[in-house]
Amino acid sequence: MIPLYWWLIVAAALFCIGLYAVLSRKNAIAVLMGIELMLNAVNLNLVAFWRYITPQALTGQVFAIFVITVAAAEAAVGLAIFISVYRMHGSINVEKLDTMRW
Amino acid sequence: MPADQIVRYIVFLILTVMTLGGALGVVVSRNLFHSALFLVLSFAGVVGYYVLLDAGFLAAVQLLIYIGAIAILILFAVMLTRGLMDKRQSQHNQQWLIAALVALLIFVVLAVVLWQVEWPVASEQALASPNVSVSQLGQELLGPYVIPFEVASVLLLVALIGAVILARETES
Amino acid sequence: MDFFFNLAPLAILVPLLMFAAIILFTHPNNRLSSSLAIGGIAFSTIISWGIVLATILSGEHIWEETWQISIPWLPAGTSVLWIGLEVDSLTAAMLFMVPFVCMLIFIYSQGYMNLGKPNQDPRYSRFFAYISLFAAGMIGLVLSGSLLLLFIFWELMGLCSYLLIGFWSFRDRDTEDHIDEAQVKRARAAALKAFLTTRIGDVLLFSGMVLLWAYTGTLNFSEIFQPEVLEHLAEITIWGLPAATVIALLVFGGAVGKSAQFPLHVWLPDAMEGPTPVSALIHAATMVAAGVYLVARTYPLFVAGSVAGDGSVLAVVAVIGAITAFFGATIGLAQNDIKRVLAYSTISQLGYMMMALGIGAYVAAVFHLLTHAFFKALLFLGSGSVIHGVEHGHHEIAHHSDHHGDDDFNPNDMKTMGGLRHRMPRTFWTYIIGTLALVGWLPFAGFWSKDEILGEAFHLWREGGTFSLPLWVWLAGTLGALITALYMGRQIGLVFWGEPRHGAAEHAHESPHSMTTPLIVLAIFAVIGGLANLPSNVPLVGGELHHFIGEVHEVSEVVHSEALALNAIVAGLSTVLAVGGLIFGWAIYRNYRVGEVEPFQRWLGPVFTLLKNKYYVDELYRAVFIRPTVWLADISFRFDTGVIDYLVNLVGRVTRVVADFGGVFDAKVIDSTLVDGTGKVTNSFGGWLRQTQTGRVQNYVLVIAVTVLLLLGLYLYL
Repeated sequence: MIPLYWWLIVAAALFCIGLYAVLSRKNAIAVLMGIELMLNAVNLNLVAFWRYITPQALTGQVFAIFVITVAAAEAAVGLAIFISVYRMHGSINVEKLDTMRW
Repeated sequence: MPADQIVRYIVFLILTVMTLGGALGVVVSRNLFHSALFLVLSFAGVVGYYVLLDAGFLAAVQLLIYIGAIAILILFAVMLTRGLMDKRQSQHNQQWLIAALVALLIFVVLAVVLWQVEWPVASEQALASPNVSVSQLGQELLGPYVIPFEVASVLLLVALIGAVILARETES
Repeated sequence: MDFFFNLAPLAILVPLLMFAAIILFTHPNNRLSSSLAIGGIAFSTIISWGIVLATILSGEHIWEETWQISIPWLPAGTSVLWIGLEVDSLTAAMLFMVPFVCMLIFIYSQGYMNLGKPNQDPRYSRFFAYISLFAAGMIGLVLSGSLLLLFIFWELMGLCSYLLIGFWSFRDRDTEDHIDEAQVKRARAAALKAFLTTRIGDVLLFSGMVLLWAYTGTLNFSEIFQPEVLEHLAEITIWGLPAATVIALLVFGGAVGKSAQFPLHVWLPDAMEGPTPVSALIHAATMVAAGVYLVARTYPLFVAGSVAGDGSVLAVVAVIGAITAFFGATIGLAQNDIKRVLAYSTISQLGYMMMALGIGAYVAAVFHLLTHAFFKALLFLGSGSVIHGVEHGHHEIAHHSDHHGDDDFNPNDMKTMGGLRHRMPRTFWTYIIGTLALVGWLPFAGFWSKDEILGEAFHLWREGGTFSLPLWVWLAGTLGALITALYMGRQIGLVFWGEPRHGAAEHAHESPHSMTTPLIVLAIFAVIGGLANLPSNVPLVGGELHHFIGEVHEVSEVVHSEALALNAIVAGLSTVLAVGGLIFGWAIYRNYRVGEVEPFQRWLGPVFTLLKNKYYVDELYRAVFIRPTVWLADISFRFDTGVIDYLVNLVGRVTRVVADFGGVFDAKVIDSTLVDGTGKVTNSFGGWLRQTQTGRVQNYVLVIAVTVLLLLGLYLYL
């Protein structure tokens, strides 16, 4: 069987790529995509731990389902916000959304 | 090593290339539309992972919700907002180099840790026969996890209404 | 019966209230002020006489159980200082006299201070406020049930005495031309002298109180006089003497100061600078008697101290009294001021009382105190009336001749008077009665009381040894009686007989009725006062006062409360001396003319000069106490200006230099560097730090990521 840490390292890589997207992309939708990648990485972890450490209990899968639910809700609300912001500012460049600074 | 194991490794590698390659494509692509498509590719890789991990139900859920709903939603959003679609413009902000460095460092640290830790992996025979029963998963959700389940449903309802209110054209 | 006893506090509070009312509210209205004062003291008199009556009616019962109230005044650690009132028959005897005499004098003062006349005293209302306060003090002193409260009232009277002696030291702007600069100076000096001299006694008394408190933990008379407490006091020793002896001597020190006994008598003659009613009230009838009353009140202490200390304390009292009695009388012979003669007479009579106390005859002492109060008040008021009349005469001649007359005219000088018996008949007759009472002619009050003292002394001499103390007491008393008769004869001869020696005396008028009526009332008491305590062999009324107050204190071998029979030898001798002395003095002085060398001076020569100068006691005190004190004060002053002030200035200068340096340091270092610097640093740091608040979410997330990385690194590699 494939060693557990392979999965974990892949998940970590996916997470870091998502993080990079969140940190560096200008477009809010791209940022959202990064977040989705990070959530996927988390889910991958949960499922991998389920499969390798507690294969009899279904806890890992249940958690993953809840994470997917939250991700769906987040995507829906987030995209609605972007559309609203786009209407007001004509742009969804996160660099321009800095009205909360000093 | 048995043949099916070798196939698993090969499949794993292919899926890894798919997933991480797709993710990198999301990150580096200048065209947001392409990014969305790479995202779908990455999600598809994750579906494959779930299958490889004997989590068939999750694979289906991933396929339906991520690829079927979220990715499509993102595509819609991309098309509704065209402000940054110009390819000549950089898609990254000024801190992208630091961000890359930090992300890489985190990955390195995590990888080292994950590689070094002795994981309490279950016994051979337990690994050989995982619990993959979807009906039992359903009973779990409506049994011990019924309260989070119901809360999640309320969350979805709130997100639904919230999204509608936020995205609605205001009459001003 | 308890009705009047329960009103006792009012007897003190009402005059006190009148004092406050006059001082605070009614002083612009003179007539109302004096009416208030007289009303207040009349009220006190009624209550007091009610108490006296109630005490007489309760008979023997009052000795068993005195009426008393007390309140805790000052909790002091584990014990409490109580103040309260107590009435026994000794108190009652005093209460009969004190408010009544006060009232008469208040009424007299109305006339004396010229109410409603053009020359009314500018501080008329204030005068009545002060004497009201004084009356409250004296009544309070008599009623006090504890040494502490007694002391408080004692000091209150001292204050009033000070204020009233110096009453004419005040110079009013409106009446400045009427006021004699020299008199102002004398009044100030006299007030100060009285206050300071009595203060010596008060300090002694206070020390006695402190010791008493320290050894017994109480100052209430009823508790101190418990036999076991007295025994306890007799057993403890201080500096080798029994505590009771020491305390009794200290208390006696207070009495010496207040009652002007030798050697603290010097203030009383000078106190005559005050208005004459004050001299009558405070410095003859009541306040000076407070010392005698104090000794009578604390008599068990003296007895205990005497028994424990081989009779020493009472012997001291007797010796001081005898010296004072004789020596005061002799000075009286050579004085020209009508009031000073009476002042020395007072000193001498107080000496009689003290020596009576000293030989154990305290009833006789109290008896003499009471009769003396009446006839000495009478004499003083009479002399006031004379002075008042002469002053009016002086004003009259000054007015007629359109000039202010001779400015050094002294209305008190007997040598300028003469022949006043026709011009001031009421004053004359009452004065004669007072004189006869003082000198001790039968049947006037003074005869009975003085005779009782001499009789007691004589009786004790016969019982004791040939040269025992009572002999000297008796001798001093008898000689004193002769001298008293002589100086009183001289006085009435000079004042009332002969021809007027000055225009003022020629134009003198009788005083108004408000002044002479009190004289008449007092004269009645000066005649009948002796009835209170006739010798025991007089049927029915003999020895009444002995029955009344005899058993206030426990009788012992040193205390005699039994009334004595009239001793023919003593009474005869003193009567012969009194009659002879008075007539002799009168005879040689009634035709005295201005400028003559007076007869006593002719016969006594240098002794007369010695007496005239009061044995040079004042000069002695000046040389021994006052001069060194002034010298010390001078040295201290020089030291103060030379050394202390220099040091103070030096400290000031150093402080200034340090302050200047501090100011510079403050401005340069603290202010502009530290304080402003802190502000500037904070400002610039803040300006720099706020750059981090970019408002961009991605910056914040980056910070979070970096932090996570750092924390991970820390967690893993540390």
